[in-house]
Amino acid sequence: MIEQLRRVGHTSLNQVAGIGYALAMLLSAIIGKPNPRKSFPLFIKQMYVVGVLSLLIIIVSGLFIGMVLGLQGYTILVDYGAEQSLGPMVALSLLRELGPVVTALLFAGRAGSALTAEIGLMKATEQLSSLEMMAVDPLRRVVAPRFWAGFISMPLLALIFSAVGIYGGYLVGSGWLGVDEGAFWSVMQSSVDWYDDLLNGIIKSIVFAFVVTWIALYKGYRAVPTSAGISTATTSTVVTASLAVLGLDFILTALMFGG
Amino acid sequence: MESRKTQIWVGLFVVLGVLALLFIALRAASGSAATSGETYKLYAKFDNIGSLKVRSPVKVGGVVVGRVSNITLTGEYYEPTVEMEISADYDQFSETSSLSVLTSGLLGEQYLGLQPGFIDDTVGMLEDGDTISDTKSALVLEQLIGQFLFSQGND
Repeated sequence: MIEQLRRVGHTSLNQVAGIGYALAMLLSAIIGKPNPRKSFPLFIKQMYVVGVLSLLIIIVSGLFIGMVLGLQGYTILVDYGAEQSLGPMVALSLLRELGPVVTALLFAGRAGSALTAEIGLMKATEQLSSLEMMAVDPLRRVVAPRFWAGFISMPLLALIFSAVGIYGGYLVGSGWLGVDEGAFWSVMQSSVDWYDDLLNGIIKSIVFAFVVTWIALYKGYRAVPTSAGISTATTSTVVTASLAVLGLDFILTALMFGG
Repeated sequence: MESRKTQIWVGLFVVLGVLALLFIALRAASGSAATSGETYKLYAKFDNIGSLKVRSPVKVGGVVVGRVSNITLTGEYYEPTVEMEISADYDQFSETSSLSVLTSGLLGEQYLGLQPGFIDDTVGMLEDGDTISDTKSALVLEQLIGQFLFSQGND
């Protein structure tokens, strides 16, 4: 009985300590005197690795999801003679939900796992310790540029995803299924609002970018420095980040559109 | 040279992101233009507002000129009072204008239809804070059916 109680206490203390470590890591990485001349090239390098290299998967999956939305929506809407509503359906589902969420999930799999594995391996091969020995703060040199790169590139990726998806829906709906082109765009335009839909979607993707990048960096930084430890950390990044994104998405949706 | 190539790619990426934002903002979305600028307030009392909501449009001949900004019950008899924000571009409605709660299509959203009244020397213009007195309530389908059945029973 006492032993079980001890185990519960141990687990919860570990969890709380983990959150504390993660917060301390993030704060000491991003707070401090900025040194643009030294850190900007590092940031650009990470933007390339994290953002540009994710472009292909984002564009291809965005196009296909938009096309599937167009097809699926059309087959149902045509029953009610409301195929003009295909435009708003595609645009709203992409801007409000699928754009931010699917981008975050893909980003966690494509870039988040790579970040964790890279930092975990740096730790396992004691590169982080060597940096500290040379009086270089690994948090400022290694973690901070990766954090900012992920934080900035993911909202951009989500926007590209939504735009490509809307275009995919237009290709299928207007080009293939014969929905009137003018009606497609004008009905979409009259029912999609800058503030309600576009801005809320962008806020969502900024929150997801913060959470996914943070989790990926923390899991790598705290990885057990063995090959098994790195593989566990990488898996854990994808699982934790995906669950966090889906859970947060519910909360954000309830706050933005539920009231 | 590697770094230069990286910079070009990142630049391309950021430009692509901004282009996507512009595409969505200009092609797919629109702001509520009629109420983004200067507005003035009008009030109207109804017997029944149906399913009118805050932010429902106020239209003149199908053109959106404003939006419903607040709905409350006021007065001794708890009458539904609707507060509207009308774009200051359209400030020449006479006091004889009438308001009715209309439905767009058979199953669509409800909106307020503003019918501009005649202009005469004796008739003033509506200004900020004025109340439109000539209002027609929403058509409630259940009441309509009830009245129809009642009148059938009388014959």
